[in-house]
Amino acid sequence: MARGRIRARLRRSHLYTFSCLRPSAAEEGPHSIEGPGYSRIVHCNQPLMHNKKPFKYRSNYISTTKYNFVTFLPKALYEQFHRVANLYFLGTAIISVTPLSPFSAVSMIAPLAFVVGLSMAKEALEDWRRFMQDMKVNTRKVKVHKEDGIFGNKTWQKVQVGDVVKVEKDQFFPADLLLLSSSYEDGICYVETMNLDGETNLKVKRALEVTLSLDEDEAFKNFTGTITCEDPNPSLYTFVGNFEYDRQVYALDPSQILLRDSKLRNTTFVYGIAIFAGHDSKVMQNATKSPSKRSRIERKMDYIIYVLFSLLLMISLISSIGFAVKTKFYMPDWWYLQPQHTDDYYNPEKPVLSGVSHLVTALVLYGYLIPISLYVSIEVVKVLQASFINQDIQMYDEETGNPAQARTSNLNEELGQVDTILSDKTGTLTCNQMDFLKCSIAGTAYGVCSSEVELAAAQQMAIDLEDQDAERSTGSRQKGKQQEIELETVVTSRDEKDHKSPIKGFSFEDSRIMKGNWLREPNADVIMLFFRILAICHTAIPELNEETGSYTYEAESPDEGAFLVAAREFGFEFFKRTQSGVFVRERYSVAGQPIDREFKILNMLEFTSKRKRMTVIVRDEDGQILLLCKGADSIIFDRLSKNGRLYEEDTNKHLNEYGEAGLRTLALAYRKLEESEYSAWNNEFQKAKTSIGADRETLLENVAEMMERDLILIGATAVEDKLQKGVPQCIDKLAQAGLKIWVLTGDKMETAINIGYACSLLRQGMKQICITANSSDAKETLSLFVTVQVVKENILMQITNASQMIKLENDPHAAFALIIDGKTLAYALEDDMKQQFLGLAVDCASVICCRVSPKQKALVTRLVKEGTGKTTLAIGDGANDVGMIQEADIGVGISGVEGMQAVMASDFSVAQFRFLERLLVVHGHWCYKRIAQMVCYFFYKNIAFGLTLFYFEAFTGFSGQSVYDDWYMLLFNVVLTSLPVISLGVFEQDVSSEVCLQFPALYQQGPRNLFFDWYRILGWMGNGLYSSLIIFFLNIIIFYDQAFRSGGQTADMAALGTTMFTCIIWALNCQIALTMSHFTWIQHLFIWGSIGTWYLFLFVYGMLSPTISGNAYQILVEALAPAPIYWSATLLVTVACNLPYMAHICFQRCFHPMDHHIIQEIKYYKKDVEDQRMWSRERSKARQKTKIGFTARVDAKIRQLRGKLQRKHTSLEMHSPVTPS
Amino acid sequence: MDTNGATTSSAAGGGSTSTSDSSLLSKKNSKKPQYSRFTQQELPACKPILTPGLVITTFTIIGIIFIPIGLVSLSASEHVVEIVDRYDEGCVPPNYSNDKLAYIQSSRTNKSCTRTLSVPKLMKSPVFIYYELDNFYQNHRRYVKSRSDKQLRSKAYERETKNCDPQAVSLDAPIVPCGLIAWSLFNDTYGFFVKSKMLEVNKKNIAWDSDKEHKFGSDVYPKNFQTGGLIGGAKLNSTTPLSEQEDLIVWMRTAALPTFRKLYGRIEEDLQANEQITVVIQNHYNTYSFGGKKKLVLSTTSWIGGKNDFIGIAYITVGGLCLFLAVNFILLYVIKPRALGDPSYLSWNRSPAGNPN
Repeated sequence: MARGRIRARLRRSHLYTFSCLRPSAAEEGPHSIEGPGYSRIVHCNQPLMHNKKPFKYRSNYISTTKYNFVTFLPKALYEQFHRVANLYFLGTAIISVTPLSPFSAVSMIAPLAFVVGLSMAKEALEDWRRFMQDMKVNTRKVKVHKEDGIFGNKTWQKVQVGDVVKVEKDQFFPADLLLLSSSYEDGICYVETMNLDGETNLKVKRALEVTLSLDEDEAFKNFTGTITCEDPNPSLYTFVGNFEYDRQVYALDPSQILLRDSKLRNTTFVYGIAIFAGHDSKVMQNATKSPSKRSRIERKMDYIIYVLFSLLLMISLISSIGFAVKTKFYMPDWWYLQPQHTDDYYNPEKPVLSGVSHLVTALVLYGYLIPISLYVSIEVVKVLQASFINQDIQMYDEETGNPAQARTSNLNEELGQVDTILSDKTGTLTCNQMDFLKCSIAGTAYGVCSSEVELAAAQQMAIDLEDQDAERSTGSRQKGKQQEIELETVVTSRDEKDHKSPIKGFSFEDSRIMKGNWLREPNADVIMLFFRILAICHTAIPELNEETGSYTYEAESPDEGAFLVAAREFGFEFFKRTQSGVFVRERYSVAGQPIDREFKILNMLEFTSKRKRMTVIVRDEDGQILLLCKGADSIIFDRLSKNGRLYEEDTNKHLNEYGEAGLRTLALAYRKLEESEYSAWNNEFQKAKTSIGADRETLLENVAEMMERDLILIGATAVEDKLQKGVPQCIDKLAQAGLKIWVLTGDKMETAINIGYACSLLRQGMKQICITANSSDAKETLSLFVTVQVVKENILMQITNASQMIKLENDPHAAFALIIDGKTLAYALEDDMKQQFLGLAVDCASVICCRVSPKQKALVTRLVKEGTGKTTLAIGDGANDVGMIQEADIGVGISGVEGMQAVMASDFSVAQFRFLERLLVVHGHWCYKRIAQMVCYFFYKNIAFGLTLFYFEAFTGFSGQSVYDDWYMLLFNVVLTSLPVISLGVFEQDVSSEVCLQFPALYQQGPRNLFFDWYRILGWMGNGLYSSLIIFFLNIIIFYDQAFRSGGQTADMAALGTTMFTCIIWALNCQIALTMSHFTWIQHLFIWGSIGTWYLFLFVYGMLSPTISGNAYQILVEALAPAPIYWSATLLVTVACNLPYMAHICFQRCFHPMDHHIIQEIKYYKKDVEDQRMWSRERSKARQKTKIGFTARVDAKIRQLRGKLQRKHTSLEMHSPVTPS
Repeated sequence: MDTNGATTSSAAGGGSTSTSDSSLLSKKNSKKPQYSRFTQQELPACKPILTPGLVITTFTIIGIIFIPIGLVSLSASEHVVEIVDRYDEGCVPPNYSNDKLAYIQSSRTNKSCTRTLSVPKLMKSPVFIYYELDNFYQNHRRYVKSRSDKQLRSKAYERETKNCDPQAVSLDAPIVPCGLIAWSLFNDTYGFFVKSKMLEVNKKNIAWDSDKEHKFGSDVYPKNFQTGGLIGGAKLNSTTPLSEQEDLIVWMRTAALPTFRKLYGRIEEDLQANEQITVVIQNHYNTYSFGGKKKLVLSTTSWIGGKNDFIGIAYITVGGLCLFLAVNFILLYVIKPRALGDPSYLSWNRSPAGNPN
């Protein structure tokens, strides 16, 4: 606490020149608030006032569940019977209790209850999880003013509007708060809004001047006030309100509002008043309802169901009409049916009535065409698939201890069809940790470590070179090997380093300047200046870690932190900041003793995204005034003095190299000032600072600009925005699998571009298309409407120009990158422009959207999803990604980081981005194929079975009699054919997981939908039709009227039905065996076990009392088994059913093999072991043509080198046309 | 690796810090999936692929197996001798030929009818006698359901006539056996004479043993049968238990198709070739109203049952088709061979533009 007090005396606002100048209350006056939309009145510190109307606002209890205990049953049931198929099954279940049903009621109701029950149980479980998550949030503790200046802990859900809340460091705000005061004297505080917008920079909030005195618990004893403000709304960046305090009215703006779910940083505590609680808070208003998602295959399955339903309706109608005709015209002659004594159902005098009631019967009877068991099986299969995903040890993250999790299982197969990935940046691609990696001082590059991008590229290059060597003659191989070794040393050196320096934020290594060695470098004075700039030019605060005795830094951005750590490691330890000075302990000085130096801060011109630079003006101990500046290279280079360009060329070269290596760079420069020069400027600056008016900021900037010129360049820094482990490799693989990757980030454009480089989404030589709304132009125009119009036209022009450029591009290797910022995106996403924008974006190899709001992320996702009609996957880690995760076809959340919102909203969660590769390329590929094959087979199986029922009808006068025993039919879907198909859906693997990863191109079978297109579906249906015909008619003819065994007995209905059913079981199970390519003991057990079960069942069923088994009594033992014709019919029908399919697949495999066929063969003949060269060559070829990823980067580099070589060659040849051989 | 260390250290029960560390570690790793070949989907599997050799062998083997089976079946069918005689038209006296229904329904007409059959080939005993009905929907749902298995089985369930309407009760007493099937029992009879010598017709053991023993009770006697206003088919001897009424038992096994044969009896004598058999038919059963044919069939059997050329032909066809396919595949491989696992067939090698598949 004591430490906090000391720090609190700092008036931080003095450090800030531009954004934190306090507008005096008199300047603006209260907002005129009236009318609808501004009705909220909050009585501060009097929460009890809000217990009655009209101030009864929503409590801080949040609930994101879909159901509660009361509404669960009706709501969930409604959801379930929303599906057409379920409604149909409900209908048949109702019919089944009436005498119209051809089957027993249980056989109809039980499966339906199972399906609906399972789905509802799943819903309930998911909702329960959500509830538990809500409860975790609701029961978080926060300090709330009770009475008489005493604060006590309360759970979040008990916080009421009007409560005074005390939030401490690193806590989340429980509601939207009005900031009253903070531990800093001037009432500012730092807020991390990562959960809201994904921005990593801390934001500064400040309290009103009048409430600054309320900085102690006791001060709230008699505190009252009234806030009048806008109604709850989802806009994160606006707030309009008035605060009435001490009979004065003050205007409130967004900078006093602390939003729920953002976090207090670098500030010991703040006091605030809850204005919006619970679902009224802005972040909750931003939340969208979690939509229920269905996979593409499932949606297509609906169409197939419609087709089958029409078929069902058609054959039902045919048999009803047939029945009516038979009943009317023929049945009066069938005396053995006693037509004169019938009920309505068979009454020849009322053929229409009997026809209609028969229609109902037929709809139930032929219900086998629409397989209810399909839904059961798919649910079961998907749950098992999901459990495989959860169990995958290769997607388990040791560091966070999180396995991958399939949170909704009904999208498994969608993973195999993804076309576009929309990724968040911070926390997803990067760890949000900066590492000081390299620097260039006085034209010399320091730092031997390689960035991850370089390493990855080097590895790839090594592999490629090896391949090329292999193809080349043996003579030159030696050289390649050498190169490889070189590359390997690079790789290993990095590994060693990882062990050596565990300092967070510092991966630098170079003995020339480490450990004070810089003193012996030629430009030691420049180097010292360089380090001083790092140690002085910042806005951070040091904090002593009492345990270790070292300093840690609380910086606004991670870059700054990295600089300070670097400076510390170089021996320039920043350890104290006062109102007016910065203290640096220099360990390695010329004298050899550590010296504490004080630098007086005269002015600080801080970083804004517009200025892209930061400057401090300091007076050192010798009284020398120095201007130290760091900023974007282009900005700095523009402001160099003539004699300050000594190192420009070298530095520029290094900057390019760093940029290529995916590092973020800043250039450092300084300027010595004369006392008089400074004081003249300072007067002007102070004048500008105190000026009143809207253009004050512009004025200040202009004055600052005057000073920041004639700089002398010292060098540049390169910081690695640490990518998460394996991100570049993963992106490369995903790109090779043909996926497009878009980055949507809340961060600045420069940061985003840097990351683009780091993950190889961008590379040198790629044409960057930056689309920006030039707002400065717009400001000059007066009318708002005209402004919008002009800006939009401008953007549209940029878009069309860019599209034109891409169209006219001839070079097949040319790649384009689209970079767009949030403001521009807002226009580009409007209805009249979004098609053009999408068209352009699709043509570009990579797309980066920066400074986008959560809402825009969702809108972009929707645009891609609806505009291209392809499957999108959104991946993110923060609350700001929730919208996008929910909007995309598949939402993936990164688990393991603090906030769980993204994971809660996601369909799948993985611990790290790199697991996405396995999730998509292995599990997605498998699941897609499994489900596709399974569904196709299911339709085949049910058509093959269902139609035999129909054919038989034609032979029974359409009376609705089934040839099979009720029990056979019941068991057909439940026992006899379900397990093999489930094993197909769960265990089938066309190729092993390694091969999936090695041949990313195989993934394209999913997005191309090769296994579930109409051609294939109709093929399977045709196969089903063929099988039904073969099964039925072969059996009918074989068992027509003659004796079927040597005992002279003729076949009755039971014998015929049982034989036919045996044929069906054999044919269907052999069919699935032909479909499969991967047999573990489980598949063998299920397939052959199903056939065995059938005989076993028949045997046992025949043993039961004849009252149960009826005509099937002892049918196998007595009648069928001794009859050779029974067995020979089974063999004949089974072979005849499968013959066309078998011929088809043989023909296809032999003459139009698909990729996985060839790979299966290679594996089968172990060619990959024998001819490893071929194998690795194919592996490197097996990728989609892609322009992103480091492989593409390496390719581009190789192309470039080759081009050079060729040019050299030709010029050589020109010189010496005759070469002796 | 880590987990191992953690467990050993906690098992050793070392210092407080180490245990807390290890418990932290194990807590962290508690979510780690357990490795097993099953959960990692790495179970050993056989992955057969259709190599040309396998394809050709399979088709050839099928062909080689199927054609002999077909030939054997055909020859078995050839050995079966079958005499079919349609008598429904011929047994109606010419003066009733325009009103057959009146003839069959009248109780005063003479229903006797004599037919002569000639034996084409030697028929070894047993010679099975069938009657064949046509256009008779024994498989009609109303008909199939119209029976009571319980009642047939045991005397105790005499009143179980739930599905038997309209042949369930007669004057409030249950009909045994109830239902339309029993009511419409076939009632033509045949007498066979060779050279005026009567051939013995064995009507025993024409039904399934299980039916006789378990489904038709030996204590169930026909009751109130065919006593109602409408007379259907045959009457039953009310002193014989149902288990011995084999004609009924055979009849109650409903046929699957509207054309069906049912076993009538056996002649346990060889019938010589070119013998003339005189059949005296009592033509009672009414098929005239629905235009159904009635046939008398005498047939021997072989191991495939009665005369059935189809199965043999089907086998030969399928076998031939397989051989044809095998030959085709051989030819195709010769003309357009493809080395298995040849990477040049991979999509990325086939289309240089990079358009897989």
